[in-house]
Amino acid sequence: MEALTPLALIIDGLLVLGLLWLAWRALNCTELFTAIVLFIAFGLLMALAWVRLEAPDIALAEAAIGAGLTGALLLAALARLQSPDADAAVTGRITPASRSTSPMFRLALLAALAVAAGLGHVVMTLPADAPGLSHEVAAQLAASGVGNPVTAVLLNFRGYDTLLELVVLLLALLGVWSLGGKVLHIDTDPSPVLDTLSRQLLPVLILVAFYLLWAGADAPGGAFQAGAVLGAAGVLLLLAGWRLRAGLVALPLRIVLIVGPSTFVLMAVVTLLVEGQLLAFPVEHAGLLILIMEGAAMLSIGATLAALFMGGNPDNQQVHR
Amino acid sequence: MTAIHLYALAGVGLFTLGLHALIVHAHLLRKILAVNVMGSGVFLLLVALARRTGEAIPDAVPQAMVLTGIVVAIAATALALTLMLQLAAETGHATLPEDQRESD
Amino acid sequence: MTPSDYLTASLLIIGAVFFLAGTLGLLRFPDVYTRLHALTKADNVGLGLMIAGLAVQAESFAVVGKLLLIWVLVLLAGASVAQLIARGALHRGIRWWRR
Repeated sequence: MEALTPLALIIDGLLVLGLLWLAWRALNCTELFTAIVLFIAFGLLMALAWVRLEAPDIALAEAAIGAGLTGALLLAALARLQSPDADAAVTGRITPASRSTSPMFRLALLAALAVAAGLGHVVMTLPADAPGLSHEVAAQLAASGVGNPVTAVLLNFRGYDTLLELVVLLLALLGVWSLGGKVLHIDTDPSPVLDTLSRQLLPVLILVAFYLLWAGADAPGGAFQAGAVLGAAGVLLLLAGWRLRAGLVALPLRIVLIVGPSTFVLMAVVTLLVEGQLLAFPVEHAGLLILIMEGAAMLSIGATLAALFMGGNPDNQQVHR
Repeated sequence: MTAIHLYALAGVGLFTLGLHALIVHAHLLRKILAVNVMGSGVFLLLVALARRTGEAIPDAVPQAMVLTGIVVAIAATALALTLMLQLAAETGHATLPEDQRESD
Repeated sequence: MTPSDYLTASLLIIGAVFFLAGTLGLLRFPDVYTRLHALTKADNVGLGLMIAGLAVQAESFAVVGKLLLIWVLVLLAGASVAQLIARGALHRGIRWWRR
């Protein structure tokens, strides 16, 4: 890449400074609520950094998942931590160990600076031109069934990684469910504005999710971004006071949760039997198969993210708030 | 110094900021925030290094890995937050037992 | 730079000025209600001007439609969230600023 022009230096420099400053403030401010809000702003600035680095798929995912859903999770956890019926000892004060005079602080600072110096040296000595695997990806892109190289890598060339990732999501949800605890449920009636907003936005969110799924074949988008939008729709419904009927929680929710990983596993077994290799798609059907797998993955990811926000164990009838 | 170096060094900086905060703070929510910032630093480093293809489009494999990483990070964060809430519900403190001697 | 580029640049810059005004209001106004007022009004107009500037550069009407949809969604979300924050502040008993 060519050297920085003055304008690029200003834009990229300000963005980088903003990122570092926001991260430092988020990690070291006294109020936990402020820390979380600054972290959400940090996530949005990261989305801008991804755009500057020509990674629009990651920018979409960071804005939806990294800033939006992670922020919602953190705020919900903070609300539960500091709710009136919680123990008064659970505060977020800066402890003596993190005061800048303690020896632990200085030691940690030295260690962090040493790590930074080492990594920085390595980064500066890396070769400036390294095509990596971009030539191989470009050569095989036409045979992959999609036009977006990131989608091709995720769903075709490295489909095995995506399969395992869906399983990891499911495992995290199983962990959350097995820990028990209370389900998030808003007992008070929502304000009319929130009620109307959730009703009006839900169809729009579903439409946007399917559009992202469809457009992800040749433009930035794909299953993860679409799943994140569906997860956000679930979070909006939960915050507006909607509660899943008990009959829907038992089996249908679980079916939606596993439809993604099981589609991948089914496809893997079928391709193993037919083509002799795991997840090797025949070229003429690759586009359709990828679309089916992405659709199933989108449903599972959306349901998993909304269920992670809901927390607790849905079979458990206790509710929080 | 190209834009790639700038963003890669920013990734290193975020990683060390997160590492320092992870060691120093006792409250578990701050530790979780610190781990998330470390993750963002690593992702920034990976994607900056993926941009070294010159005039062609960036390398798609590290970008796909980072996309996977973002989704896995939120899953891990959700699990970590639930663990923290359970710990706080059972012991009354949102810190690890060995850090409680110095705090509260 | 063609005339449409100049138009886009000026619309983007004026939009950025509106965003700056909104942020100034966020920092300088005395209580949460006035800050919300400054933020939502100025940011919506600023975003509208930026969308207009980008729409000039769009290749087709479909892209213009999508940009307008983004603006409408931000308008909807911003106004609703501002009302919810103000409602929450009122319930917590945060008094508004009197001279």
